[in-house]
Amino acid sequence: MGAYVAKRLLAAIPVLFGLSIIVFVIMALIPGDPALAILGSFATPENVAKLNQDLGLDKPMVQQYFIWLGNMLQGDFGRSYTLNRPVIDEVLERFSATLILAGPALVLCSIFGLLAGVISAVKQYSWADKGLTFTVLIGISMPSFWLGLLLIFSFAVKWRLFPPSGMYAIYGGGDLPDLIHHLTLPAITLAVVATGVIARLTRTSMLEVLRQDYIRTARAKGIKERRVIYVHAFKAAMVSVIPVIGIQAGFVLGGAVYIETVFQWPGIGSMLVKAISTRDLLLVQGGVLVVAAAYVLFNLLVDVIQSILDPRLR
Amino acid sequence: MKRFLAAALAAASLLFASPGYTQTPPNVLIVGQIAEPKSLDPAADTAVNDFRILVNMYDGLVRYKDGTLEVEPSLAKSWTISDDGMTYIFKLREGVKFHDGTDFNAEAVKFNFDRMLKDDHPYHDTGPFPLAFFFSSVKEVTAVDPLTVKFELNAPYAPFLSNLAYPTGLMISPAAVEEYGKEVGRHPAGTGAYKFAEWESNAKVVLEKNADYWDGAPALEAVIYRPITDANTRVAEMLAGGLDVMVEVPPDNLAQFRDNDAFAVHEQAGPHLWFLILNAKEGPFAKKEIRQAANYAINKTALVDNILQGTAEVAAGPTPPAFAWAYDETLEPYPYDPEKAKSMLKEAGYDGSEVTFYVTEGGSGMLDPTAMGTAIQADLEAVGMKVKIETYEWNTFLGKVNPGLEGKADMAEMAWMTNDPDTLPFLALRTEAFPDKGGFNSGYYSNPKVDELLESARTSTSQEERAKLYKEMQQIVHEDAPWVFVANWKQNAVTSAAVENFKLQPSFFLMLQDVAKP
Repeated sequence: MGAYVAKRLLAAIPVLFGLSIIVFVIMALIPGDPALAILGSFATPENVAKLNQDLGLDKPMVQQYFIWLGNMLQGDFGRSYTLNRPVIDEVLERFSATLILAGPALVLCSIFGLLAGVISAVKQYSWADKGLTFTVLIGISMPSFWLGLLLIFSFAVKWRLFPPSGMYAIYGGGDLPDLIHHLTLPAITLAVVATGVIARLTRTSMLEVLRQDYIRTARAKGIKERRVIYVHAFKAAMVSVIPVIGIQAGFVLGGAVYIETVFQWPGIGSMLVKAISTRDLLLVQGGVLVVAAAYVLFNLLVDVIQSILDPRLR
Repeated sequence: MKRFLAAALAAASLLFASPGYTQTPPNVLIVGQIAEPKSLDPAADTAVNDFRILVNMYDGLVRYKDGTLEVEPSLAKSWTISDDGMTYIFKLREGVKFHDGTDFNAEAVKFNFDRMLKDDHPYHDTGPFPLAFFFSSVKEVTAVDPLTVKFELNAPYAPFLSNLAYPTGLMISPAAVEEYGKEVGRHPAGTGAYKFAEWESNAKVVLEKNADYWDGAPALEAVIYRPITDANTRVAEMLAGGLDVMVEVPPDNLAQFRDNDAFAVHEQAGPHLWFLILNAKEGPFAKKEIRQAANYAINKTALVDNILQGTAEVAAGPTPPAFAWAYDETLEPYPYDPEKAKSMLKEAGYDGSEVTFYVTEGGSGMLDPTAMGTAIQADLEAVGMKVKIETYEWNTFLGKVNPGLEGKADMAEMAWMTNDPDTLPFLALRTEAFPDKGGFNSGYYSNPKVDELLESARTSTSQEERAKLYKEMQQIVHEDAPWVFVANWKQNAVTSAAVENFKLQPSFFLMLQDVAKP
């Protein structure tokens, strides 16, 4: 297992390397440059040239890339021109905020998705199944930013049960209950869509497993129904569900972009959106690399869990 | 399971009972901003969003008089200008200290300008300073004695005083720059009514009262700026009671706040102009009559009332009325007259060729550019002009428009916010300001008389004389119609009922020195 993990981690290096080149090229291809973004209506060719020189952006693209790469390998991710602070500080701060949001969302969607899927499968075609399937379908179909706005409107503005935005109270607060209080609405919003996908898949997978011969055998042996479902069937069904939860983790990270904007959550999604629109190349590079590295690690984790569940994969 | 549910309910009720975030405390003003500031170093900032913080922490040598765009003394008590307009001597206020305890004096003024303008200054590398060109006319700054500072210019430059009142001219403590270097933007020290307390990235910037402020300590104990980028979320925070002041309210939400006694809506016209650049070099708009016809054909009142929902006023000419001293009151906007436009197009021999119209989807001061572009297209088509819209993201748009419209487009949307009546026409209407000469005259308008008027207005040191020249320029430009003059935006803000003495300024700066919230 250790060798496998080490091999996978080594394989991630060319992936990240290639990614950094792609990001650099894309950022070079989109029109407009940072000096233009900073100067706005004052962007005379003269002012743009002066500022580009001050920012070190007057050098050829290839040279810029290697300067960046060299610095990065020494742990220096550069300085953001729009935020006037080291990229690494901003990226790590923002990424941990995203994890605080995405982690609970992923837990929520896994618990509710699995629960709904199992109930639907065990009670196939019952009212519970139909009701759950219907609810889940609404969840999948609803744009998450819209759901977010609806939740803000009802729970924050109308009933004032939760704050509409931010991560901590602006005055006082700053402790765990305060964080949970701010986290509730965005985490639920983020979890809804993924819950639907996981529920649908768990249902299908469970139905398939429940039709297998060994389940019939287990029932024939007189094993309690509860044990048949939660031990024999569920564990087998998880083998095909776990990778989907892994993929959902990607969706949750991606979906965080909208949710972070709607709830003003200081995460990496909203940071990247702004960094791209202001052409803050170094910030985009740093942000994308950290997200990609996290994604690679998470996929690895999923594969390891899967191989533990299903010995055939080892 | 039941026990679990009970525990969960108890936990939830505890959460709901957490101390009232909906109540902002007295004497602390919470301001909803549109973005995280870049820096709190006035020499490094370029955005109005950041200026809203800076102007409350720092002072400049001069400032805008309340409710106007005319300069009055601030850190400088008085000044004299030499007859040739090349030398400015300022007498500084005595006994003023920066928040870090160091003295404000002539050496500090010299430090501030040398740092921005001289490549060999030891702290020039704490930049870049994108707006340093505001002071590119400055040749040398000399500290004559501790309370006298002399500016020598390389050419007479009338907007100099008004540029000093701009945030780029605010004075930062040299000691702070020396101590923190590039990080000074996060450890700022000025002389203003509020001093810096805390900056938690992406959450808040906190300023607290400067009890020793030379112009009288403010009533508030603290001001907290919160960045909330999404306009809907900003509105929700305001409605939920999490903000005391919210700026840049979307037009759609203004009525909602107006109808509610818990809020007050503030509006103030500013030095903003929204216009269409017409390509006077080639295509149909090379003819003056066709440019005028476009001005008649577009229903500006409908744009301002329907799309902008009253958050702007119809513009009459190239100079916004907010520059009261330089604005020609006799100028009337082109009336909406599609019949006249039609006959003018016919007389001018418009051949029905299609015009290309550059539209952007956002951008600073651009208001609602996509909807406005579509309405303008409909108005022009109604008088028989075929219009093809090309829409670009803001930075791409600037990259296309700033180098000039030649060979690409016939018209383009544009908006400017400036601090002096000189800036926009000087940079965008002179022959010397054609894009290939480094200016913003993307439509290639050229009139020797306008060039002459603008040159003399820039070198004159008498405001009266300048006003006369600007007024004459406005008449000619109005008649020549190099642009379609569309709208002057009114800045808006909403405050909660507890906020007192709040007032918006034509400069668009958010001055909070006199605000109270008992």
